[in-house]
Amino acid sequence: MKRKDFLQLSAMGLGALLLPKSMLLGNPISAEEALYEGLDVSTKKLLADVALQAATSKGATYADIRIGRYLNQFVTTRENKVQGIANTESMGVGIRVIANGSWGFAATNSFSKEDIARTAEKAVAVAKANAKIITEPVQLAPQKGYGEVNWKTPIEKNAFEVPVKDKVDLLLKVNSIAMQGGANFVNSAILAVNEQKYFASTDGSYIDQDVHRIFPTFTVTKIDRASNKFQTRKSLSAPTGMGYEYLTPLADTHIPGIVTRYKGRYDILDDIKNATADVDQKLKSKTVEPGKYDLVLDPSHLWLTIHESVAHPTELDRVLGYEANYAGTSFLTLDKWRSGNFKFGSNLVNIVADKLQPGSLGAVGYDDEGVKCKEWDLIKNGTLVNYQAIRDQAHIIGLKESQGCCYAQTWADVQFQRMPNVSLRPGQTPLSVSDMIKNVEKGIYIIGDGSFSIDQQRYNFQFGGQTFYEIKNGQIVGMLNDVAYQANTQEFWNSCSAIADASDYRLGGAFNDGKGQPSQSNAVSHGSATTRFNGVNVINTARKI
Amino acid sequence: MAILTKEQAQALLKKVLSYSKADECEASLNGSEGGNIRYARNAVSTAGDISNLTLSVSATFGKKTGTATINEFSDTALQRVVKRAEELAQLAPENPEYVPLLGPQTYQESINYIPATAAITPDTRAEAVAKSIQVSKEANLQAAGYIENTTSCYALMNSKGLFAYNKDTDVVFTITTRNEAGTGSGYAARGFNDISKLDTYSATKISASKANGSVNAKAIEPGKYTVILEPVAAAYMLENMFRGLDARNADEGRSFMSKPGGGNRLGEQLMDEKVNLYSDPFNPELPSATWSRDGQPLQRINWIENGVVKNLAYNRYWAQQKKVQPVPFPSNMIMTGGTASLDELIKNTEKGILVSRLWYIRMVDPQSLLLTGLTRDGTFYIENGKIQFPIKNMRFNESPVIMLNNVEALGKPERTISIESYRSYLIPPMKIRDFTFTSLSDAI
Repeated sequence: MKRKDFLQLSAMGLGALLLPKSMLLGNPISAEEALYEGLDVSTKKLLADVALQAATSKGATYADIRIGRYLNQFVTTRENKVQGIANTESMGVGIRVIANGSWGFAATNSFSKEDIARTAEKAVAVAKANAKIITEPVQLAPQKGYGEVNWKTPIEKNAFEVPVKDKVDLLLKVNSIAMQGGANFVNSAILAVNEQKYFASTDGSYIDQDVHRIFPTFTVTKIDRASNKFQTRKSLSAPTGMGYEYLTPLADTHIPGIVTRYKGRYDILDDIKNATADVDQKLKSKTVEPGKYDLVLDPSHLWLTIHESVAHPTELDRVLGYEANYAGTSFLTLDKWRSGNFKFGSNLVNIVADKLQPGSLGAVGYDDEGVKCKEWDLIKNGTLVNYQAIRDQAHIIGLKESQGCCYAQTWADVQFQRMPNVSLRPGQTPLSVSDMIKNVEKGIYIIGDGSFSIDQQRYNFQFGGQTFYEIKNGQIVGMLNDVAYQANTQEFWNSCSAIADASDYRLGGAFNDGKGQPSQSNAVSHGSATTRFNGVNVINTARKI
Repeated sequence: MAILTKEQAQALLKKVLSYSKADECEASLNGSEGGNIRYARNAVSTAGDISNLTLSVSATFGKKTGTATINEFSDTALQRVVKRAEELAQLAPENPEYVPLLGPQTYQESINYIPATAAITPDTRAEAVAKSIQVSKEANLQAAGYIENTTSCYALMNSKGLFAYNKDTDVVFTITTRNEAGTGSGYAARGFNDISKLDTYSATKISASKANGSVNAKAIEPGKYTVILEPVAAAYMLENMFRGLDARNADEGRSFMSKPGGGNRLGEQLMDEKVNLYSDPFNPELPSATWSRDGQPLQRINWIENGVVKNLAYNRYWAQQKKVQPVPFPSNMIMTGGTASLDELIKNTEKGILVSRLWYIRMVDPQSLLLTGLTRDGTFYIENGKIQFPIKNMRFNESPVIMLNNVEALGKPERTISIESYRSYLIPPMKIRDFTFTSLSDAI
């Protein structure tokens, strides 16, 4: 019987963008054990050299090793109850090699020199077996060795050092505010991640990294028993590449507006109060009239549209067909890129890939094949100019070096191409959100992310949201319900007519983005300022059963 | 060795429990062995072998529970994991919904372990993939596929005398074939307990036939159409509904199974009377676990009978609250159908659309269970009982509950797997009227 059978039907497929069928989260440990610093760097270097030596002695022409310790903490509550507290840890070694022109990979949770050497040899054996059915040998972009270097997410307060009781107290306070506000149900949670990753390769790099992420979230529900209707509102927090300081608001954290949104830091107590009031309004709001609307999309919503319609289709492995059986391919084929004039969006649309952006989920110093991270353009003035690539793909698009997009979910998974942070640059000229709304005759202002779906080549999409505000003749006139918009990616981005300036720029993000077979999870941020798209098709999603 | 026999598991768990000083203690073993090959562009891209055995211990003092796991099995390690669970329990907050552990139960032996599947080697997988690639090359197509086999064992023992053991095997295979120009695509998915039933050659033939048959797709206007959903498409729609069979969510008013004014829809005629859904761990085509995660025995149970809601799942806490017998969530799901083949369903269709596969289904409105998603890898227009031409893919907005009220005909059930969860179901092809497509997609 498989573990997945025990998850049973009640727990399938919840809440992620494209969730892996299983998540390797590790073994439960105490909060104190999560603060243990792990192996020291000199020991890791010693073990790495054992692996590299074993692999090359068996015929590998290239080898890398990732020694990983992955920590997760989940604190989940419901109304006045703590539902679960879990600290998990997963530690081990993943070794990747090229032998006879083919990739091989093997992993072990043993840290003995003998087992690591054996695992390296196994990786070489896998490579040699695979070499019999490859069509062309791996072509690896050159990469200089960096020697012994390190990188750490610039956090102020390690979430794992904050007592669990403080997190429980905060979440129960969140829930209490919702219940006092008339909510029927409220769930809240804080998820924290720490990836301690050591990478070494035959290029001569020994890279030690300490990566932190945090995601506070809630969902509040109100039910109108008389009409048998219910509505929910999720938190407007963004999962972020920060420490626990993310939950300490600053003077400029709050973005005022029809609903308060948050920048840089997050005020969960303020958001739950607003969310509880929003759900009341949602229950009373009128249903949308289908038709064409100008959409004004807040960054708390637009991040997901960027993720699905820009970030995924610019992944080079999709373009080449490696995801064809599962996550799909891409409409951004090589011929469109080669033409140099494929109009992805209007001239206002400038989309950047960035693995360094402070506070982002995808920020690291080096990727999981030892490439130093950087920033580059994907879409420039509306034109497709580049993709996201890793070392064995760089030559396909004429690059002399990798763009540093390699990532593995854990030490036990083989690293492959995953998206960096992909963001829409803010407008160059001063433009506030209220100025943007003033110019809308018939529109909808959407805040927060909701349901999402896109085809396997990323042409046709449909998105919902958390709250929808009707705009008539430059004014917000009330809340709408049952709203979803559908568009073709290229037409949608070409309808982009205004982007607020940098003062409105904020990050959203995905904590668990799935891809690959077996599926792996990745965390990534997407930034934007509020943006307007003209004449988008809106449908009404109300149905009766 | 990750797969333990019943006797080995029993002896190990007995030893673990002997170390516990908690009021209640539960220990479980989860072992798995298996491997996979992923291929694309007619060549292997990655391959792996995985083996793991984990022991999990939950200790409870009063209503405070702590859980710890370990994958070492020396006596010292076993004592350590029990001690750690007990320490965590003392630190944990009280769980007001804690229900005491079950006492001894009686289970029938499951029938979901097949030695031939457990004996799969890397060579077996490589041969299966080679056959698939051969078909793809012969058809001038590019194959991207995945094969994965797993042998698992699971055992549960608690301090009240309950012991349960099961072992199963599973193999899944999915294949997408596309032409070089990117103008045609086909798909097939297979999942079995028994490797002898898997034929990657014939599955790839079907995928290749769909790929070549879907070239030069025409656009038709979105709207309401009669559709024939192949089992792999129907399973993905229904899977989203099965989660709603939870009594607590229904009673709390936040599910499509909630009743106006309170309560749930047990006993209501919610769907067409042709709809019958049940679970049965002993179905020979879809055998599954014979006990639930908390040790409750699983038997055949009807969920929807002639369109009427016959049962909802009650966990032990909620059953206690509602003063009813607990009903565990099932480990499989089966929908009955008729005897018609897919070809016969097509032959009896005046105008309609054949849907091979659905993709990226997401919930739009939990109130009505409205889902959105798209067709993919072979969508065809039917007129006068024949497939006339391939059509472009479309986005749908439809509720499986509404869909199951619009059943025209059901074909012969067959074992199929969901695109995303990789879970297997026994589902018939379905002919559904008034299925709502809302826009066109250019994706192929």
